[in-house]
Amino acid sequence: MAGVTLDTVRKIYAGNVEAVKGVSLDVEDGSFCVLVGPSGCGKSTLLRMIAGLETISGGDIRIGDRVVNQVEPADRDIAMVFQNYALYPHMSVYDNMAYGLRNRKTPKDEIEKRVKEAARILAIEPFLDRKPRALSGGQRQRVAMGRAIVRKPQVFLFDEPLSNLDAKLRVQMRVEIKRLQKALGVTSIYVTHDQVEAMTLSDKLVVMSGGQIEQVGSPAEVYRRPETRFVATFIGSPPMNILPGKVEGPGRVSVGGQTIAVTDMREGLAPGSAIEVGLRPEDVQAGGAAGSSSLGMDVDFVEELGATQLFHGKVAGTDFVVQASTGQIPAETRKLTLSIDPANVHLFDPQTTKRLGRF
Amino acid sequence: MVENRPFRDFMAYLTLVVGVIVVAFPVYLAIMASTFDAATIINGNMPLIPGDQAAENYSRTLFYGGKAAREPVMGMMINSMIMAMGIALGKILISILSAYAVVYFKFPFRKTAFWVIFITLMLPVEVRIYPTYKIVADLGLLDTYTGLVLPLIASATGTLLFRQFFMTIPDELLEASKIDGAGAFRFFKDTLLPLSMTTIAALFVIQFIYGWNQYLWPLLITTKSSMQTIVIGIKKMITTTDALTEWQIAMTTAVLAMVPPVLVVIFMQRLFVKGLVETEK
Amino acid sequence: MEKRAHFSGWTLPLLLILPQMAITVIFFYWPASQAIWQSFLREDAFGLASEFVGFENYIDLFKQPEYYRAMITTAIFSTLVAFFSLSVALLLATQADKSLRGGHAFKTLLIWPYAVAPAIAGVLWIFMFHPTLGTLARPIRAVGIDWNPMLNGNHAMILLVLSATWKHISYNFLFFLAGLQAIPKSVIEAGAIDGAGPLRRFWTIIFPLLSPTTFFLLVVTVVYVFFETFGIIDAVTGGGPAGQTTTLVYKVYADGRLGGDLGGSAAQSVILMVIVIALTAIQFRYVERKVQY
Repeated sequence: MAGVTLDTVRKIYAGNVEAVKGVSLDVEDGSFCVLVGPSGCGKSTLLRMIAGLETISGGDIRIGDRVVNQVEPADRDIAMVFQNYALYPHMSVYDNMAYGLRNRKTPKDEIEKRVKEAARILAIEPFLDRKPRALSGGQRQRVAMGRAIVRKPQVFLFDEPLSNLDAKLRVQMRVEIKRLQKALGVTSIYVTHDQVEAMTLSDKLVVMSGGQIEQVGSPAEVYRRPETRFVATFIGSPPMNILPGKVEGPGRVSVGGQTIAVTDMREGLAPGSAIEVGLRPEDVQAGGAAGSSSLGMDVDFVEELGATQLFHGKVAGTDFVVQASTGQIPAETRKLTLSIDPANVHLFDPQTTKRLGRF
Repeated sequence: MVENRPFRDFMAYLTLVVGVIVVAFPVYLAIMASTFDAATIINGNMPLIPGDQAAENYSRTLFYGGKAAREPVMGMMINSMIMAMGIALGKILISILSAYAVVYFKFPFRKTAFWVIFITLMLPVEVRIYPTYKIVADLGLLDTYTGLVLPLIASATGTLLFRQFFMTIPDELLEASKIDGAGAFRFFKDTLLPLSMTTIAALFVIQFIYGWNQYLWPLLITTKSSMQTIVIGIKKMITTTDALTEWQIAMTTAVLAMVPPVLVVIFMQRLFVKGLVETEK
Repeated sequence: MEKRAHFSGWTLPLLLILPQMAITVIFFYWPASQAIWQSFLREDAFGLASEFVGFENYIDLFKQPEYYRAMITTAIFSTLVAFFSLSVALLLATQADKSLRGGHAFKTLLIWPYAVAPAIAGVLWIFMFHPTLGTLARPIRAVGIDWNPMLNGNHAMILLVLSATWKHISYNFLFFLAGLQAIPKSVIEAGAIDGAGPLRRFWTIIFPLLSPTTFFLLVVTVVYVFFETFGIIDAVTGGGPAGQTTTLVYKVYADGRLGGDLGGSAAQSVILMVIVIALTAIQFRYVERKVQY
């Protein structure tokens, strides 16, 4: 096994389009690292550079101790699961899994042993003689995983492997991938645009935007303390509310004339300067509570989600969403008072969009 | 739609049946003619039901020469078969290789090469017959199978067809192959070739018909009667002064000339349609 | 359109493309350039020496009444074959498209003439309309028409048009049928809801939607009549009687072979090349989908 290290890796396409702008990242041996971001953020390009499918325009990629910048994909000791699975349509499931081993002159009985073993783990033994087109989406997905497993590579690379599955299957496969990765202990790098997938799978979450890393950390860290406004609104569902506000003094900001207290606030901000105030829909409570600040909200309509309800409306003229357990607030409520826990307020610089928290 | 009126369906059937009859009648007549003796045909009152000379006509046509030093048609059919197979297989071979190069490699003058091939779409053999004839003659290829086949196997059709097909193969398949340790040769043999089988078969059907039906080119470059193809042979049977035309033999030959390509169309209809639509689109 | 993934290296691809390139250059570009060169030369009576004569071969060509006649013959032949083969094919295709029982069998029964060689098609039709023994010539002569395509140029042209149309209906039928089947049913249903009857739906919805196919087939049919009907003409009329069915392509062949006038024949070839390139350029609209380099 081996970790993966990226050192200021760049990708510049013809026409000077910089798709990846100097990314540095350490993926520890055996860990599960997820790259997440909107489409076009460079996450797939980064993964394909690690695979050796794209040349790199600058920087170094190391797998273990070896710099692999110029190494062919076949010689990098990696395996990849593609979004469209890229199964060989004319080969049986068995041959699909065996192909890479045969090309490496693995002995026949060893191939058979490994394919059978992978098929057992993935529960695709009954389908070994079938062609991919005779399989369901979920089964094809497993074959694609099997093709990766049999190789016993140093690193697994996943390029949005679940996005061609329906919602229910996606949740199920997500759990299986996580379980499998823990059992095999192989370093894995996983690309997705789905933040729920990213949160649930990762040991290390990497949020990317515009060819750069916005934040690296455990899912919990990224959720609790987003470093930029982009991360704040990208991670979490429904997304964080961002309100325009003003600095009132140390630990105090105001939104539309209503002052709220903040725990995590940078010192020395000039009173009266503009600031962005972030509040997660699930972090605000309806009804005034002693010792906390409050904000008034006009409710427009209510979205029913079953266990919870989303109240859509406006706070100080800006769109705002509140999530509450069903029944906690009467559905016909038109005016809400929200109590704000100072620990749950996130502040961002309107210009740089960076977090204005304590260091 | 609900306007299912029996009258409209009836008219549709009627139109189609008339169409089929008109299309089939000339061939039906030829088949009938191949079952009568010369006298019955010449007197101009050939019946429209089969006669009893079929065995005689077919065996005489296929295996024996006739008046005007006619060659047995069997030999002509073999020549036609060699030419048609040569053109079809040759075209497939050179065009799949060139399409592979153009699609899956980046090399200097790639676009130039593509255009050089593409422009040949605009140069049918008819517009350059004599100079081509002269080159084939200079190469000493008159009256040879090579001379019949070689000038007709290069054309853009096959290359464009394969290129179009290769473009529909997901890039990920090549990437997966690379990760699986396959190089250019292995990818071609293990993945691209098996996936191209339908396209190859479709192109084969179209090119076999094209090759079998060649007329002007074999007319020019074959002088020995032993090298004649069946399509040329039948024409010579008819023009040896009208009075001498052995119509029953000519029509038997016509039927024999139609059998291989028509069977190919009927029994490989799906491939034929695919080939036709995709080479012309 | 480009592949994202490639193999590197350039000796292998050059080797792969070499056979096609070699044949293309030897049998396409070289002869085509020879044709252009020869069109500016004139050989002496013995074919021993040739001199450069500039555009004289072309000027001579346009002084020949026969050349204009060949042009007119080609134009008439193309127009008639295009009109009949397209309209008959469209009629049959619309009927076959009505999802009738046995519709597929009709398709099979209509497409096979494509496989018949043009020269053979010609032979079949001469046999049917042979003045003395043709099964269909007798009724024509019985009503008092002196039917004889061997002697009468108009009759010869009619026979050519019939054979050429007969052979080409299958091709046009196939493409019309494919075109019809590609029209979304919902569009036609919307037309029905908007109150258009079947005939009105055909002319206001189906026919306009089919017009790219029609245009494409028109060009293909013209190219077919120009070049592929050579076999039909050679088998049926040999360009006669008295040159009345000699088309432009047939004249290239006849002048070069029978007349031995290679310079004049080459000049005609060059003019034909220009015509083909023009036709192909028109067709380019449809071809460019697959040529995006």
